[in-house]
Amino acid sequence: MSPDTQSHQNQSRDDQTSASSTPAPVLELRGIRKSFGDVAVLRGIDLTLHAHEVIVVIGASGSGKSTLLKTANLLESIDDGQILLQGADISDPRIDVDRTRSRIGVVFQQFNLFPHLTVLANVTLAARKVHGVAKPAAETEARRLLERVGLGSFASSYPDRLSGGQQQRVAIVRAIATNPELLLLDEVTSALDPLLVGEVLDLVTELKEQGSTILMTTHEMSFARKVADRIVFLHLGEVVEEGPPAELLDSPRHPALKEFLSRVSH
Amino acid sequence: MTAGDGAAVVAAPPSQIEVERRLYRSRRGRQSILVSIVSTVVVVALVWVGVVNTPGWATVQQSFFDPGVAVDTFPSILQGLWLNVRILFFASIGVAIFATLLAVIRGLRSPVFFPLRVVATGYTDLFRGLPLIIVLYLVGYGIPGLGIFPRLPAEVWGTVAIIVTYSSYVAEVLRAGMEAVHPSQRLAARSLGLSHAQTLRLVVLPQGLRKVTPALMNDFVSMQKDVGLVSILGAVDAVRAANIAQAETFNFTPYFVAGLLFVLISLPLIRLTDGLARRQQRREQIGGAV
Ligand SMILES: Nc1ncnc2c1ncn2[C@@H]1O[C@H](COP(=O)(O)OP(=O)(O)O)[C@@H](O)[C@H]1O
Ligand SMILES: [Mg+2]
Repeated sequence: MSPDTQSHQNQSRDDQTSASSTPAPVLELRGIRKSFGDVAVLRGIDLTLHAHEVIVVIGASGSGKSTLLKTANLLESIDDGQILLQGADISDPRIDVDRTRSRIGVVFQQFNLFPHLTVLANVTLAARKVHGVAKPAAETEARRLLERVGLGSFASSYPDRLSGGQQQRVAIVRAIATNPELLLLDEVTSALDPLLVGEVLDLVTELKEQGSTILMTTHEMSFARKVADRIVFLHLGEVVEEGPPAELLDSPRHPALKEFLSRVSH
Repeated sequence: MTAGDGAAVVAAPPSQIEVERRLYRSRRGRQSILVSIVSTVVVVALVWVGVVNTPGWATVQQSFFDPGVAVDTFPSILQGLWLNVRILFFASIGVAIFATLLAVIRGLRSPVFFPLRVVATGYTDLFRGLPLIIVLYLVGYGIPGLGIFPRLPAEVWGTVAIIVTYSSYVAEVLRAGMEAVHPSQRLAARSLGLSHAQTLRLVVLPQGLRKVTPALMNDFVSMQKDVGLVSILGAVDAVRAANIAQAETFNFTPYFVAGLLFVLISLPLIRLTDGLARRQQRREQIGGAV
């Protein structure tokens, strides 16, 4: 397909959605393929995430969960397929990558806070430098968010003064500080002491209750059951099963999913 | 919501055992200070006696440590030192800008920048190998010889030569610092929507700088003394002023005075560098008692 017809199609898509007033899904992945060298990590992933929906991606280690989340944020290029954010094709090479990324909040497994910046500066960085929010306004909003997650007193501390759970909560606050349309959470608790997992999961639960749209991965099956609207099981680079948590976790059909669930505690 | 993490800690009075341990530690601390003072005094006294009793001491004392000559020549040498300080000031700014530019160019990964990267690499390789004194001669006599620049004082070309040379050292240090910043930091910055340039400026450079601060300070101290080399181009700095005074008085004390002044201006920075290096080491070894 030539680029011209492609963009024309997008145009008509947008027209359609505004006309019919059914909102486009927040995120739509169509036939995503990705290889590293000879290894095909993603072999045609289709996934649709609607507003206020939480989808949890599960799968064995190395099954491509992180890669999938990174492609959705354009931190990883794709070999084929299409990624639509609010109906617009963000896999089009002509889009502004930085603008697009600033619309999506990401939290990684490792709490990649910036060690040379205070908690407050970490949280306000994107608002100020990417969205052009004035410093006082950005800081007021950041303090309000930090207060809400019980970290108000750490605003002027450096990240190395915080526990792992606190750092991860700051990372989540940093990701939501600019009101992203979509939140990607990649194993946000897997680097944490078991005792600290709860406080981070509570925060994610609260974000869900407030209506955030979240695509996440986790190894905590009990949490996935609680928070997910849908669970997607990734196996050998494909979505082999998906459905509501109770259905998928309690009566898995695919043998690989059965085996996976028997190995992880849930 | 998550409970507040800022629980107040009430300080408890130390236990009997802790009080004894603290007493022992301060006693041992006083003892080691005493030992070090005594040993320093003994060593200095031995060296002093040894030097004073050498056969040529009387003449050396006269031609290198003549108080009268020192007092007489001090003002002109101090005035020369002021030139060194000014050169140092401008050279530092020049090096900071030029070295950062070189380091950033060498860190560019896109193939589009390949030619630029080659030029930057060649540049740093060349000027890290060239002795400063040769660069001084080439820049100080060569560039004015081209006849395309207006006549400028020797210290200007000296400053240029220092910038050109030191930028290559500092660029390498900076590049090492930037490479030591974990890739996940770039990823985190880009995921927030920061552009490549913003990521470099707001995340990678500040963290890289912190990692190599002691090395940079060392380069600065070394540059501080190397500004004395501009005297070979005829600029009347502290070294040149001492040289003139020596020719007038037939006494080497002016060199001693100039040397002392150089040490004095670099001393605060040397101490600061040591302190920073120690603090950084401590921070990196947090958690280990040994
Ligand atoms: N940058 C990369 N280069 C090469 N291989 C990679 C890269 N990133 C991921 N992989 C490989 O892709 C596969 C999927 O990785 P990942 O998406 O991290 O899996 P998961 O998050 O499900 O554990 C793994 O085999 C991993 O080794
Ligand atoms: Mg992963």
